[in-house]
Amino acid sequence: MNITQHPDSSTLMSYAAGSLTEALSAVVCGHIAMCPACAREVRTLEAVGGALMERLDPVPVQQQSPLVILRAAEADNFDRAMPDTVADTDVPVPLQRLVGARLDDIRWRRLGMGVWHVPLRLSRAGEGDLRLLRVAPGQAMPDHGHGGAELTLILRGSYRDVFGDYHRGDVADLDSEAEHRPIADPETGCICLIASEQRARFKSLFGRIVQPLSGL
Amino acid sequence: MAELINRVAARGDSEAFRQLFQTFAPRVKSYMMRLGADPTTAEELAQETLLTVWRKAGLYSSDKGSAVTWIFTIARNLRIDRLRRDVPWQELPEGHDEEASNDMPPDEVVVERERQSRVQDVLTSLPPDQSEVVSLSYLEGLSHSEIADRLKLPLGTVKSRMRLAYQKIREAVEDLK
Ligand SMILES: [Zn+2]
Repeated sequence: MNITQHPDSSTLMSYAAGSLTEALSAVVCGHIAMCPACAREVRTLEAVGGALMERLDPVPVQQQSPLVILRAAEADNFDRAMPDTVADTDVPVPLQRLVGARLDDIRWRRLGMGVWHVPLRLSRAGEGDLRLLRVAPGQAMPDHGHGGAELTLILRGSYRDVFGDYHRGDVADLDSEAEHRPIADPETGCICLIASEQRARFKSLFGRIVQPLSGL
Repeated sequence: MAELINRVAARGDSEAFRQLFQTFAPRVKSYMMRLGADPTTAEELAQETLLTVWRKAGLYSSDKGSAVTWIFTIARNLRIDRLRRDVPWQELPEGHDEEASNDMPPDEVVVERERQSRVQDVLTSLPPDQSEVVSLSYLEGLSHSEIADRLKLPLGTVKSRMRLAYQKIREAVEDLK
């Protein structure tokens, strides 16, 4: 895999800090599973968190540590097991809980005009919007501006916009100023995971497409 | 500190764990309070973090960074977990490269210590405007746009300050491994 498009370093920093919103984190997490370079950067940025934590003034902890040790001793099993992974998969492991193991098994909902989607559930506290989008070969992605940050991770096929070509594993990291109109590859089409910081704008985007076609 | 974790992993060494606890639990608690947790919740999360250190000591290896970095990632993830509570999306940045580790080779321990101290140095030498956005991100838990709102700055300015800080950090540790 030859990944050429990465999240902005400020996005990686926010991710390492634990401050990236849930939807955007999902996309970065998926990218990192495929991109050793960014995984390394995140490791360095996590060292920043370690260093900052180390510098904080300690706050006394009430409960005595022996009690914790007792509880720890009860939780005897050391966790050395590898997590269960599916061998035959084209979905990055961290995304499998959300998306399933295989892109072919996804049950798409048609939006019309060569576009399908699957909205993904966020936790109640989660802001923003996360969904899978499938675009037919040669089809333009839905035309939209951005409400806040938007991250797109290509999972299959590719697309092209004014910023370049995006293939599997690539991330498009756009903020609200960016206007772009990606076209899915004429041969393969494109499947991607799109996270948006704000729900409303993204919904209205789909609202615009969906309304005349399916009466949603 | 890495050695203490290895002792916990190798033989459930409770003396090693006690030392880890005394060093880190008060700092994790402080971190949680800084991020807005009330003292009780912060205490809980600190206890939980150290329990996780006990349980996962066998998974610790140098590619997870220094001991304090690893413990930071555990604390960070537990906090996110707590924020997300009834959660469909629990896959956290810790990732899935969780392989059992053998004892970390001493030279890697040294490299990790070196990396940590260089990062520490860069952080203290950042210009105030960069250091501010870094600290709002890591210790206040604010997203880019929340930082922009807080500081009444354009989003682009926040991001470019973070990029500049990142470049300095990166340059400082580049030659390590
Ligand atoms: Zn990358």
